[in-house]
Amino acid sequence: MRIGVFVCQCGTNIASTVETEAVAREALQHPDVVYATSYMYTCSEPGQQQIQRAIQEENLQGVVVAACSPRMHEPTFRRAVEKAGLNRFMFEMANIREHVSWISNDRQANTRKAAELVHMAVAKLRFNHPLSPSRVAINKRVLVIGGGVAGIQAALDCAEGGLEVVLVERQPSIGGKMAKLDKTFPTIDCSSCILGPKMVDVAQKENIRLYACSEVESVAGYIGNFSVQIRRKATCVDWNLCTGCGLCMEKCPAKKVPDHFNEDLGNTRAIGIPFPQAIPKKATIDKEHCRQFTRGKCGVCKKICPVGAIDYEMEDEFISEDFGAIIVATGFDLFDHSSYGEYGGGRFPDVISGLQYERILSASGPFGGHIQRPSDGRQPRNIVFIACVGSRDASVDRPYCSGVCCMYIAKQAILTRDHLPDSNCYVFYMDIRSPGKNYDEFVRRAQEEYGVNYIRGRVGKIYPKNNHLIVQGADTLLGAQVEVEADLVVLATGVEASAGARELAEKLRISYDQYGFYMESHPKLRPVETNTAGVYLAGVCQGPKDIPSSVAQGSAAAAKVQALFSRDTIETSPQVALVNERACVACGKCIQVCPFGAIQWKELRGGIQKAEVLPSVCQGCGLCNATCPPKAVQLQHCTDNQILAEIDVLCA
Amino acid sequence: MKRRIAYYQGCSLEGLAIEYDTSTRAVCEALDVELVEIPDWSCCGSTPAHSHDALLSAVLAGRNLAIAESTGCELAMTPCPGCLKSLKGALQAFHNQSERDVFLEILAMPFTGHIKAISILQLLYEIIGVDEISRRVIRPLNDLVLAPYYGCLLSRPAQFAEFDDPENPISMDELLVGAGAKLVDFPYKTECCGATYGVTRNQIVARLTGRILDMAAGLGAQAIVVACPLCQQNLDLRQSQVNRYWKRRFDIPVVYITQLLGLALGLEPEQLAWDKLFVEPDWPLTAPAVERDHLEKAQS
Repeated sequence: MRIGVFVCQCGTNIASTVETEAVAREALQHPDVVYATSYMYTCSEPGQQQIQRAIQEENLQGVVVAACSPRMHEPTFRRAVEKAGLNRFMFEMANIREHVSWISNDRQANTRKAAELVHMAVAKLRFNHPLSPSRVAINKRVLVIGGGVAGIQAALDCAEGGLEVVLVERQPSIGGKMAKLDKTFPTIDCSSCILGPKMVDVAQKENIRLYACSEVESVAGYIGNFSVQIRRKATCVDWNLCTGCGLCMEKCPAKKVPDHFNEDLGNTRAIGIPFPQAIPKKATIDKEHCRQFTRGKCGVCKKICPVGAIDYEMEDEFISEDFGAIIVATGFDLFDHSSYGEYGGGRFPDVISGLQYERILSASGPFGGHIQRPSDGRQPRNIVFIACVGSRDASVDRPYCSGVCCMYIAKQAILTRDHLPDSNCYVFYMDIRSPGKNYDEFVRRAQEEYGVNYIRGRVGKIYPKNNHLIVQGADTLLGAQVEVEADLVVLATGVEASAGARELAEKLRISYDQYGFYMESHPKLRPVETNTAGVYLAGVCQGPKDIPSSVAQGSAAAAKVQALFSRDTIETSPQVALVNERACVACGKCIQVCPFGAIQWKELRGGIQKAEVLPSVCQGCGLCNATCPPKAVQLQHCTDNQILAEIDVLCA
Repeated sequence: MKRRIAYYQGCSLEGLAIEYDTSTRAVCEALDVELVEIPDWSCCGSTPAHSHDALLSAVLAGRNLAIAESTGCELAMTPCPGCLKSLKGALQAFHNQSERDVFLEILAMPFTGHIKAISILQLLYEIIGVDEISRRVIRPLNDLVLAPYYGCLLSRPAQFAEFDDPENPISMDELLVGAGAKLVDFPYKTECCGATYGVTRNQIVARLTGRILDMAAGLGAQAIVVACPLCQQNLDLRQSQVNRYWKRRFDIPVVYITQLLGLALGLEPEQLAWDKLFVEPDWPLTAPAVERDHLEKAQS
């Protein structure tokens, strides 16, 4: 084999701590290497042309590039060698940037390590074979998980492009957190007025099928061909019959059921529709509080329902659907402020979360939009807002900024001053973060036009005194301690990963960070892709963000799916396991270890059994290769011989 | 069966806080706990040591723990939160890989680090338990209205104290309720009393303790209950200074939890050194009963 080696300097990224020329010189000593050079930016167009020219002029049969991580530019170089007439698998990459130059300043040791990595790549390449991908058809249906504003946007954009969409939402209605908001910053437009029409669109689009009260149970398959099992939770109401008339809700005798939609500020019934604009507008029974379930008798709703939709015997139902792509938009949960003992740890009814205040402000909320205290219904006069509760605080393991709280408390303070002109609003803040369009102007309006008192400092303690809440804090600009006698305290509770986010990530085989937010493929350049092909992200499940960014990401994810579905087939990687039938002893161990169910029995003539890999299902993990006693299963492009060749030269 | 526990009284309990020492010993005896006084114990170094050098503080306290280990006890109890912090600092130095060698070298005594340091509250609340203590109550604190005051050190920093809630501790509350007392919902449970500023800048202490006394008086407490010699000193000994500073007439007894539990367990006031308090209670010690008019007067 005639091999060429190209050592990249990556500007100074590699060259500053690695002698790239020396690495290239040493590469020429290895068997089969006929050409070696070092270049400033190998990934640039002239860099790629240099490789292509060398392939022509030197009749190269294999190419090694020593540069950055293959996750960065392996596809670039594979395309380059392919254009010059080589098979793309006759290419190897040695990572001398992330694995060498960026992690040590020792020039001599770095140069040695880089040279050894190049030697290993050359040794492996000598055993490479041309491989060719096969093509499989793409199933042009898309699954959207999560019916908040990001998921709704993604579903609508996909449906607009003619795709068949299934939207799975675990709550009884879509709308997500945005449906609970009163107004939105920085325009103070009504949240349900702008979200409502989109929700209705979801219900009316013929190519969107909505599964509310449902969750993803399992995911199998791969890009273009996912097979997903969905659990439709028992609502105890036949939604095909339910007309959403609401009679059951009126007559239900269980009247003390905490109203989760109103953030537990009020009570609702054990059967009902969560809010007036709910989509679908269908009733659901809350089994935890329904007397038919807790006491074994009641049956009022069953008697009253004019269409006979109530079915206490209903059980969870499982359905299987196939998709070509999945958009994950599972949103977030609010930080639980009970870990802040200094703010009462949840003991004081008039110390509430930001979302609870949102419900208080809302006309469809527990108090009909009148601002009053949850404890005694009195109208508050002094209202204190505390920023960064569960954000930017390492002591509660939330060191990140939630990004929306500065804005939502500015909005809530403006609305408070608007509703109650005699009230006094105080905002305790660390820094004001308002980088969006018209955002800072909005905060300035809160301060200047609406007279909201901004105090820079943290609150150290809240305690009740004479039916008030004494808020003790610091004003770090004055260098003084301040005390406010408040009637209501609103904590700007931060954003955290949605409950169950990690479990869903395991099912989807996507990665998440230490806080449970899903990892995008590249923090700047691939913000809606995951590292699992065909799975895309939208909204806060990827990290805290506001409504405009969530909507933008929903559209972006939809655009990615449209681009994928613009083709009819997709190449599958030939880097899959392959069984050498002559060596297979039919022990079945590979079938046991395969996590993807990609290996099955195959019967040869005469009833002899052999293992067989389904290339379209195999993910190329290599478990079977490592397990197979006679080494009959070999992972293509990563065979035992190739690995041993690398080890041999490293140990030589 | 008698529990054997090494006892580190610390310097404060030899002097100003002698009633804390007396009542701790009496209550432990009444609860069948044998306190083994650490032979030849020495000062933990207190604030001067740890503000000068953490290692100095660790070794000074470590010496006492090393001797305590030699008595065969598995627990070393100290009523003083300051001493407790020093003892825990010694154990932290020992269990820290990078500090251990130099710590042991200076200590120059055998030390296994198996011994645990606890406070008297931990002994009463976690080891003996509220249930057992309330079972032994023979003279309940009949509805005496009390303000439990923990100060800043007993439950903090949380990772270090490993006891009770850092913001809303409840151990003393439960012990007192178990002994028949009534409690005010005291928001200043963990506010600072000014600590050692009593010596150098006593106006700070007058200001801070004044707030605590004002809150307790406003809520109608008949006494403030403490578990720290420094808190007791600032609130009790300096109450007249506070009165001059604030132009007030506070007259609230500040008593140790052990003194009250001792009464409830049937011990006599003399056994609990009640005569050592500066502000004397205006309610009878041996049959403390709620004085409704006192309570109503304070609340109005």
